[in-house]
Amino acid sequence: MKKVVMGNHALSYGAMLARAQVIAAYPITPQTEVVGFLSELCADKLLDAKFIKVESEHSAMAASIGASAVGARTFTATSAQGLALMHEMLHWAVGARTPVVLGNINRAMGPPWTIWTDQNDSLSQRDTGLIQYYCESNQEVLDTVIQAFKVSENERVLLPAMIVLDAFVLSHTSEVVDMPDQELVDKYLPRRKATYRVDPKDPHSFGNLTGPDRYYELRYKIERSMREAEGLIKEADEEFDKLFGRKYGLIETHQIEDAETILVASATVAGTARTVVDELRAKGEKIGLVRVRVFRPFPFQEIRKAIENAHRVMVIDRNISFGHSGIFYQEVKAAMYNQPRRPPIFGYIAGLGGRDVTPETIAEIIEDAGKRDRSEEDIIWIGLKP
Amino acid sequence: MTEKIDIKGEKDMPAMAMSLGLMDWNKTGSWRNLRPVIDYEKCTRCMICWKFCPDACILIRDEEPVIDYDYCKGCLICAEECPRDAISVVKEE
Ligand code: SF4
Ligand code: SF4
Repeated sequence: MKKVVMGNHALSYGAMLARAQVIAAYPITPQTEVVGFLSELCADKLLDAKFIKVESEHSAMAASIGASAVGARTFTATSAQGLALMHEMLHWAVGARTPVVLGNINRAMGPPWTIWTDQNDSLSQRDTGLIQYYCESNQEVLDTVIQAFKVSENERVLLPAMIVLDAFVLSHTSEVVDMPDQELVDKYLPRRKATYRVDPKDPHSFGNLTGPDRYYELRYKIERSMREAEGLIKEADEEFDKLFGRKYGLIETHQIEDAETILVASATVAGTARTVVDELRAKGEKIGLVRVRVFRPFPFQEIRKAIENAHRVMVIDRNISFGHSGIFYQEVKAAMYNQPRRPPIFGYIAGLGGRDVTPETIAEIIEDAGKRDRSEEDIIWIGLKP
Repeated sequence: MTEKIDIKGEKDMPAMAMSLGLMDWNKTGSWRNLRPVIDYEKCTRCMICWKFCPDACILIRDEEPVIDYDYCKGCLICAEECPRDAISVVKEE
C-alpha cells in the first residue's frame, strides 16, 4: 500500500511496523511529529507499546536502556541539543550493549538558536559506538528503521543504531512511501529474543565497577561487533530486498565505473548531486557519485574500491569539525592514505545551518575542483558571503 | 558472597559487564589512605555518623555504629560530623 508521508512519520511508521515495545522520548523541533504520532498510535491501540513520557532526552535514553536491558524492542527519537543531552547515555547504551533504534533529525547546533539542518549534532556522536545511517528519502527512512532493529538486536552486534535524516528537507517533506506489509515485516523481524537480560529470576550485576584487568577486553568486543555489523548491515539489506524489493547498501554508487571525477555526499545533498551528475553525464562528462549511507561502521573497503581510480574526488560536508575540516572529508581521506592508489581529495563545506545546497552549489563545487590539481586547502568554503 | 569468576580473556566474557564487577570482591576500602576509628568510650550512639556516611559504610550492630572497612573510602565526613569528637583519624600503612 502506498501512502504520502512526511519524513518524521516515516520514522514513526517504521517503529510501528517493527512492533517497538517501548518508546521513551521527549519532543524537540524538528523531531516532534515522530513521537507525537507514535503516542497517537499507542493511544489508538494501533501500536501495542509502552509510551514513556520523560522530562529530558537524557532520561529518554536512560529509560530506553532500561527497557532494552529487559529485552524489549525500544525506539526513541530526538534532534540537535536533545541528542547532545543524550550523549552520556549513548556511551552507556553502547557499553551496556543495549540495542535501541534512535531517529535523529539533523538540526544544526545552537547558539545562535536554529532549527534548520546540518550534521554536526549526529557527527558529534561519532565516537560513542552508535551505528549511524544517513538517509536520503522517506522510503529509505522507513525501511532503515526495520533494518536497523534487525542489525542492532543481533546478538553479534548488540549496539544502538541511529537513523539520521535532514531537518525539514526530509523530516517535513512528504513523499510517496510504499508501506511494507506487516506480515512480511513480522517474518523479517520476529520478536526480539535477548540472551543477556535483566531477569529477577537470574540476578546479575550489570555495568558495575570493572577494573583495568577486564575493561580493555570489553572495548575490544565492542569494536569487533562494530566490524561484524558491517557485514550484517549488508545481509539485513539483502534479505530486505528479497522480501520488499528495495536495498540501499553501505554506500550507494552512481555512474562511477569510468568516472574521472567523483562526488562524495550523504543524505539529501546526495540526491541533489545525483541530478547534477546525470545532467553532466548527458553532456559526456565522466562524473559519478558516491553516497555514504552507513557512516559507522565506516565502510572502508567499499569507499576505497569506489574512488581509487578517480582522478579527483570532492567530498561535500554539511558539517564542520572546527580546527580541522569537514568530517566525511577527514574520514574518506584517512581511508585512502595507506592505499597504493589514492586520488587527490578536495573537502567542501556547504549548507551549514540549513542553507540550501542547490544544483548550482554542486555545479560550483565541480567547477572549482576542476581548476585545482592538488588538494592544498583543508577546507574549501562554498557559498560563503565574504 | 559471590566469588570472582575466573576470566582469562575476552572469549570468556559476555558482551557486556554482566557480573564482571561485583562489590562482593571489589573491596574499594583498599583505596583508603585515612582510616576513621570510633572511640566507643566517647561515643553516645547518636548515629549521626551513620546518617552522614555517603557510602553507607557505617552499619548498626547491637545499637552501636560499626565501620565497614571493606568499603569505607576514608572521606572522614563521619569524623567531621560526630558531635562528641569520638572518631579519630589514623593513617593507613
Ligand atoms: S570515612 Fe567516610 S566512608 Fe568511611 S565511614 Fe566515615 S563517612 Fe563513611
Ligand atoms: S556520631 Fe559520634 S557519637 Fe554519634 S554514633 Fe557516631 S561516633 Fe558515636
